[in-house]
Formats: sequence, C-alpha cells, structure tokens
Amino acid sequence: MTSTTSVPAGFDESALVTQAKAGDQNAFAELVNRYERKIYRLAKNITRNDEDAEDVLQDAFLKAYTHLDNFKGDSKFYTWLVRIAVNEALMRLRKRKTDRSVPLDEPVELGEETVQREIAVWEDNPEQQYSQEEWRRILDEAVDSLKPDFRTVFVLRDIEELSTEETAETLGISVPAVKSRLLRARLALRETLTRQFKRKGENLLGYL
Amino acid sequence: MVTCKQFLQELNAYLEDTVDPETKKHWQEHVDACPNCFVIVDTTKKTLQVYKGVEPQTLPEDVRSRLWQALEKKMAAKKQPQA
Ligand SMILES: [Zn+2]
Repeated sequence: MTSTTSVPAGFDESALVTQAKAGDQNAFAELVNRYERKIYRLAKNITRNDEDAEDVLQDAFLKAYTHLDNFKGDSKFYTWLVRIAVNEALMRLRKRKTDRSVPLDEPVELGEETVQREIAVWEDNPEQQYSQEEWRRILDEAVDSLKPDFRTVFVLRDIEELSTEETAETLGISVPAVKSRLLRARLALRETLTRQFKRKGENLLGYL
Repeated sequence: MVTCKQFLQELNAYLEDTVDPETKKHWQEHVDACPNCFVIVDTTKKTLQVYKGVEPQTLPEDVRSRLWQALEKKMAAKKQPQA
C-alpha cells in the first residue's frame, strides 16, 4: 500500500495558504493568479457593471490579503474568497440599486406564472449555431435579465458551484430562501433560453 | 395525483435527486405522462449544462495590471514596518 505517500487533493493549495499566512508574498501571489479570472467573472456576474467588477476584484484580494489570518481553513480557500467578493459585490449593487427588491429573507412562492410558460424543445447543440462571442453574449444577457436576488443565488449555486448551505451563509439568507430563489432563477433562465433556442416550427402548445 | 404545479415546485429536488425513492417514483410517473413537464425538465437540464460549460473569460489586461499594482502597493506597505 502506498497510501502514506499519496498526496490528498487540495494539498497543494493548503500548503500555499499556509505559506501565504506565514508572510510569503509569492505564495499569496500564486493564489491570486489562480483565482483572479474566476473572481472577476463572479464580480461581473453579480454587479453587471465593468467598473464595479474591477473594484470588487481589487477590494476582494486586498481584503483577503489583509485578513488572511481570519481564514481558519474550515472551508476551502476559494469559498472564503468568494464570500469576501460577494459581500463587496452586493455592497456595490445595493448602492446602485434604486428600486426596492425582494427583502433579503423572504421566501419566494411560485405563482400562477408557472402555468403559462414557453414550452418547446431546443435545437440540437444550439451552441453550434453561434460564434463563441455571440454564445457568451446570449448566456450573459439571460443572466442579466434575472432580478439581482435571483441572479446572485444562481451565480453562486450554478456557476460557482457553492452548496446550498454555503450560499445561504454567504448571502445571510435561509436555506429555504436559497432553494426557492434558485428555482425561480433556473425556470426564468430556462424560459429566456428557450425563446432563443427552440426548434423552429415545433411547439408543444398543442398539449396544453 | 401530482399536478404540474406541485411537480415544478419540486423541480430542483427532482433534478438533484435529493428525494426518497417513493416520492421520486410519483414524480417520474408525472414526467413520463406529462409532455409539458417532460420538456421543462429537459430544457432546464440543458440550461444548467450550458452554464456549466462556460469558461471564465480572460481578465482584461488593463484590469489585471491595475489589480497587481494595487496588490504590490499593499504588500510593500506591509513589508515596511519590519525593514
Ligand atoms: Zn406536468
């Protein structure tokens, strides 16, 4: 058996984090290298604004650097970083937001709108119908069209792949609130994309 | 009898397979018998797949260089007291 010599997954990273905590700036720089693109994407997905996204990116890494001692290693480093970035992003989002949206912890009921939906099968491999740039724009605009509260939950759960519990904790909302917002977000996105990708001339409306 | 609305309410649990086999069986019967929910399940799965497949875009070079300038400034400041 060679189990004693096998390196557990993530070892590499926890070693880096340990070094960074001990003051090794190259180790911290390596962590930034690893996650700068993902944090920028996250920031952009939540704020939907280039300027805010850049501020979030900088402030998240600067805060992570300053408060590295607070990272206790009971979650993944990335999850901790995401939490910092999400807080920065939400702060900026709230500043820009003029309308009142759903109060933070209000569970969202599925209303009657579930009954009337765009129901149609998709073309096969829709991504092949578009250039990479167009494809990305279509997906971005669909996320854009979500209300911020739903968008944030979708981004954390389905793009960043945080667990329901991690998402609830990060956003300071209940687990049921995460679940109902995720459902609303997924159904709304499905609907938007279906309008775009539905197979021409075929519709299941006849079944209604 | 599971209605469409009841089923859609539980769509995530169905997709994530976080229910007991008995409940799942009832839902499956509904999906098999209901073309609308069948299509909603199918297109919701595809929706999640398209987002999973998207790689993060490269960071614009100017944004990246400003990030590193800010970091280097911060790191230099931290070094100072010991120097
Ligand atoms: Zn149905």
